[in-house]
Amino acid sequence: MSEALYPITVEVNGVQRTAQVPARLSLVDWLRDELRLTGTHVGCEHGVCGACSILLDGEAVRACLMYAVQADAHRVTTVEGLAAPDGGLSVLQDSFCEAHGLQCGYCTSGMLVAAQALLDANPRPSDDEIRAAIGGNLCRCTGYQQIVEAIRLAAERLQEKRA
Amino acid sequence: MKSPPFEYARAASIDEACALLAQHGDAAKLLAGGQSLVPMMAMRLLRPAWLVDINEIAALKDIAVDERGARTAACARQVDIERDTALAARVPLLGRALAWVGHVQTRNRGTVGGSLAHADPSAELPLVAQLLGAKMRLRSARGTRSVEADAFFGGPMTTTLAPDECLEVIEWPAWPERRLGCAFVETAARHGDFAMASAAAQIGLDADGRCTRVALGLGGVGMTPLAFPALTARLVGSRPTPADLDDLARDAAAQTEPNDDLHASSEYRRHLARVLAARALRAALEDAEREK
Ligand code: FES
Ligand code: FES
Repeated sequence: MSEALYPITVEVNGVQRTAQVPARLSLVDWLRDELRLTGTHVGCEHGVCGACSILLDGEAVRACLMYAVQADAHRVTTVEGLAAPDGGLSVLQDSFCEAHGLQCGYCTSGMLVAAQALLDANPRPSDDEIRAAIGGNLCRCTGYQQIVEAIRLAAERLQEKRA
Repeated sequence: MKSPPFEYARAASIDEACALLAQHGDAAKLLAGGQSLVPMMAMRLLRPAWLVDINEIAALKDIAVDERGARTAACARQVDIERDTALAARVPLLGRALAWVGHVQTRNRGTVGGSLAHADPSAELPLVAQLLGAKMRLRSARGTRSVEADAFFGGPMTTTLAPDECLEVIEWPAWPERRLGCAFVETAARHGDFAMASAAAQIGLDADGRCTRVALGLGGVGMTPLAFPALTARLVGSRPTPADLDDLARDAAAQTEPNDDLHASSEYRRHLARVLAARALRAALEDAEREK
C-alpha cells in the first residue's frame, strides 16, 4: 500500500517551498531530509530534548511534535534562517562562540532558536528568564552555565547595537 | 520513533470535525497541539487510522472572560491563556498552574483542551479543572452536552468523551470573593517534566479573615486528579491556623492511593502529597491575606 500524499506550501526561512508529503512525516524530517536543512537536529523524536526547536510563525516549537502537513500555509524559521543577512554569524551565534556556549554542538541549534525567540520577545531578559527559555532544551556537554552567559552576552551586544 | 501511517484531514470547522469523527468513529483521533498525542504515536502506543487536525479552526481558539469566569475554547494554546491578563485576574489559578506545564516550546503549541482530553492524572490543567469544578462542553454530530470535571475524568488517560465527541469549550468558574488567594506547587525531576505529585489550593476570605470557601486538589497521586470538598468544608467560617492547614493536608494525603513507579514509590508520593498540600494551602492563604 502506498501512502497518500498531501500537498503543502510552507515559507521556510523566507522562501516558499512546496512539496507532497505523507501525513506521518514529521516537520523536522521534512526540513532535514527533503529540504536538506540539517542545522536543525533530531535527538529524542518525542518531545523531550528540544534539539529540534524551530520557530513556527515566530514562536519556538518542537519540530518533532508536528507533522510537515500541519505546517502548510505557515512560516518556519530554522537555525539557518537566524544567520546575519550577509550569511555570517548573527550576534547571538557569535556570542555562543565567544562565551563557549557549545562543545559538541548537538543541542546548539535548538538552544539558538530558543534564545532567539526569547530575545525577540524580551530584549533584556533576567538570568531566570534565560534559564526558563532554555528549560526545555537538554545539553549533555556544557553544564548550561556558558549557554546562559552566551545569551546574556548577546542581549547586551544587541542593546549596544540598538543604542 | 516515527509515527505509523495514517490519513490526515484538516477540519475547517467544528461541524466538519464532528462529521469526520462520526464517519470514522474509533478509527479517528482529534489532533490538537499534539504535545502528548504525537509522542504516543511515535512510541506506537496509538495507531489511529485517521487524524483530524483541529488546529486551524478559528472558533476553537476563543478566550472569553467575564465576572462569572473564563471560557476557553478547546484549542486555545496554553501560551495564550498564560498571556491573558483579564483571565489571570478572574481565574488566577490557571496561570499559576501553567507555570509548571512543560516548557516554552510545548506551551506555544499545547492546548488547554488537549491537556484535559489527554487526562494524565499528573497533569496540571486537569487538576485545576477538578479543583474549580470546571464545566466541559462536548459536541458531536448528535448534539451538545455539558459535563462537570468530576464526571469528565474517568481514570488515567480516560475521559467520558465518546469516540465521536469533541471537547469544545471549558468553563472555568471565577470565585466572587475580593480577597482571593491561590497557589500551585509540584515536585518533578526537572521543572516542566511530569510531576511526581502536585497540589493546588484556592481560598476566599471575608473582611474579618474568615474563610468563605476553600478548595484543595492533588495530582499524580490517584487515578484522576483529586479534590477534597468534604475535607475543605471544615475550614469555612474559621480563621485557619498553620496547624489547621497541616491537619487538612495530612487528612487529604491519607485519602490518596498513589502508584509505585520508576520515578517514585507510593509512600514517597503520599509524603509529597502531604507536604505539597500544606505548602499550597499556606501560600494560598497568604495570597488571600495580601488582598485587603
Ligand atoms: S527531537 Fe524533538 S524534542 Fe527531541
Ligand atoms: S554542546 Fe553538546 S549537547 Fe550541548
